[in-house]
Amino acid sequence: MIDLMGIINLNEAEEHIGELSRSRSLASIPFAGRYRLIDFVLSNMVNSEISNVGIFIQHKYRSLVDHLRSGKDWDLARKRDGLFVLPPAYTRTPMQVHRGDVENLYSNLDYIYQSRQRYVIIAGANIVSNMDYRGILEYHKNTEADITVLYTKANCGTHDCVRSNILGLGPEGRVLSISEFKDTGGYQNMSIDMFIMKKDLLIELVNGCIARGDYDFVKHCIIKNVKRLKVYGYHHPGYVARISSLQSYFQHSMELLNPHIWKELFFKSGLIYTKVKDEAPAKYIHETEVTNSLIASGCYVEGKVENSILFRGVKVHKGAYIKNSVIMQKGNIGSGVILENVICDKDVHITANKQLKGEYSYPLVIKKGRVI
Amino acid sequence: MHKKACVAMLLAGGQGSRLGILTQKLAKPAVPFGGKYRIIDFPLSNCNNSGIDTVGVLTQYKPLALNSYIGIGSAWDLDRMNGGVFVLPPYVKEQGGEWYKGTADAICQNSNFIDRFNPETVLVLSGDHIYKMDYSLMLEYHQKQKADATIAVIEVPLDEASRFGIMNTDKEQRIIDFEEKPAEPKSNLASMGIYIFNWPVLKKYLFEDELNRHSTHDFGHDIIPKMLADKRNLKAYSFRGYWKDVGTVESYWQANMDLLGERPELNLYDSKWRIYSSNPPRPPHYTSATAKITNSIIAEGCLILGEVENSILFPDVYVGPGAKVKNSILMSGAHIEDHVVTDKAIIGRKTVLKQGTVVAAKKLDGQQKIVVLDIDMIIPPHTTIEASLSCSPPEDELCKREE
Repeated sequence: MIDLMGIINLNEAEEHIGELSRSRSLASIPFAGRYRLIDFVLSNMVNSEISNVGIFIQHKYRSLVDHLRSGKDWDLARKRDGLFVLPPAYTRTPMQVHRGDVENLYSNLDYIYQSRQRYVIIAGANIVSNMDYRGILEYHKNTEADITVLYTKANCGTHDCVRSNILGLGPEGRVLSISEFKDTGGYQNMSIDMFIMKKDLLIELVNGCIARGDYDFVKHCIIKNVKRLKVYGYHHPGYVARISSLQSYFQHSMELLNPHIWKELFFKSGLIYTKVKDEAPAKYIHETEVTNSLIASGCYVEGKVENSILFRGVKVHKGAYIKNSVIMQKGNIGSGVILENVICDKDVHITANKQLKGEYSYPLVIKKGRVI
Repeated sequence: MHKKACVAMLLAGGQGSRLGILTQKLAKPAVPFGGKYRIIDFPLSNCNNSGIDTVGVLTQYKPLALNSYIGIGSAWDLDRMNGGVFVLPPYVKEQGGEWYKGTADAICQNSNFIDRFNPETVLVLSGDHIYKMDYSLMLEYHQKQKADATIAVIEVPLDEASRFGIMNTDKEQRIIDFEEKPAEPKSNLASMGIYIFNWPVLKKYLFEDELNRHSTHDFGHDIIPKMLADKRNLKAYSFRGYWKDVGTVESYWQANMDLLGERPELNLYDSKWRIYSSNPPRPPHYTSATAKITNSIIAEGCLILGEVENSILFPDVYVGPGAKVKNSILMSGAHIEDHVVTDKAIIGRKTVLKQGTVVAAKKLDGQQKIVVLDIDMIIPPHTTIEASLSCSPPEDELCKREE
């Protein structure tokens, strides 16, 4: 039993993901052939023995609630503790103007008060990684820090660091400053916006922010207090994908085709759980040609697939050719279709002999449920 | 207890000795099938899809894997407040206890379980067959015919009929004669081992049979012939569709291979009739640039770098570069290193084939036997294996050591 509770704070800016987040929050964007983004942080918490997880939702949460349901698929349907989906502030104070996530935390302070764990980890859903928080909690206790911030060495020359927070580190990992990424490229100590602290400190920070009229958790509660509090950085050495835009979504999807990343992300310190679907295993016929691709269960592949990711239940008909693309759940790709650099959202049907092409730096996104 | 119209009793205690190595360490209904499933998933999923929510599973032989697999039945949505799945092993009573002496005895010893639900009918199933069937249609038929018992039958080729229990019926589908494995079959209607009985009638016969010292306490041998002799109204219910007894290694291998191809008779991709199973949390499988996969079924978590043809791969199988897997069934976690060749082989769970090993029987007159390798084996590099092998820890060289 670990003395740590999890808070998943769904406050990420999702407008840069474009079409994929039109009808869903960033947390429930499908990723890696069978998951939603939230599965990674949620599974990491469960694999770290955290049994009390509160999810602070913001908006567009129908698909998220449908995905999580009782939390059973993550072993979080518990009598004691378990999964708590906490409503946004505007459901409590409907007639007011709402500005930020601190208001959400504030309106659910009862839940945080009543939780029996002494420590809390606060994380978002936009970080795809496989990590064990137990060692990080030990580090937090050993440094006697008020707050431990997790960070990664991000290559901002090749990856999207826009709108991320960069740490200024002093000796022994003490965080001296946190500021938004300014176009400087190179390797940066990029915060992955996961914070470990005592629950009492979180309550104090939230109350303090609200009292001053502040509303943004990271900017106002954390960054503003960096000088006053003892904040340490913890470097996570493993693979980290930060999904912040359509380009980074596509780039990180394609990185999964590297078997080393595939192994690390799905097996390293624990398995990644998701809502189960009872699909049959994937099926290949005589003419099938699949190379360098990820194929989920329930897929029925008759055509050619190269450097691509097929989600659960995708059907690829004879003579179809899918290259450098992501086909989400239940996609139906007709015979003779050619796709390149395309992301098909769920339930897309491409009828026979259509040709669609995007660019690697600007993939073509086909809206959910579209028939082309 | 809520009254239930129908309670299903699934006979899952048989040893399945003809499956050899496959059932050496677990009961037959727990044998893996089709890249994801276990045999028992088929009757349990049929129950769920047919709206039957109360199932007793009678276990006896090596029940550990089976019991832990069934759990509280969540995989088949059978974790219910009223009803659900119940594992029923033999138990000790005031006057001592006994193992299940036969299929009928197994039900008889659990008549108190069935009585709790006070059902009109009892559906008796076995855990040996691969098929999809809507039991609710059979139940409807049974009620319409006002039968005392209804037996599901399937047409088999006449020259194979002597392997089955054969029904002879009149024009109204009333069973007039039943012969277990007849030398000269009079019809080709084979019993599928699926029975519906009116519970009060069955109960009477079970208790009578229990007192008969000469009885083998078996439905096919004792109960059905006795009911026929008493001129009870027994009806045959004709089933059309895929149905396969997987009692032998050959039929087990064939039933797996039957899933391949473009239009297999048994469609596992029908979302209206899913076959439920446990769903291990594994990522989509990865097919590398060097891999070549044709006519196969590949489960999640597999990592394929070599060639796979006409094969079934369970979760977490690794196929190394230059390896050739053909006509084979690789159970979960099987590890096939580079340049290994398998042909017509069944490789047990987590067994490791080191590089350059060949697993294939010699072809004799165009016939090739199936080679079965046990679970948790470790085969040294460049070994040639032409016959089935099992391993018995701890002294066996070919067994994995405890880590």
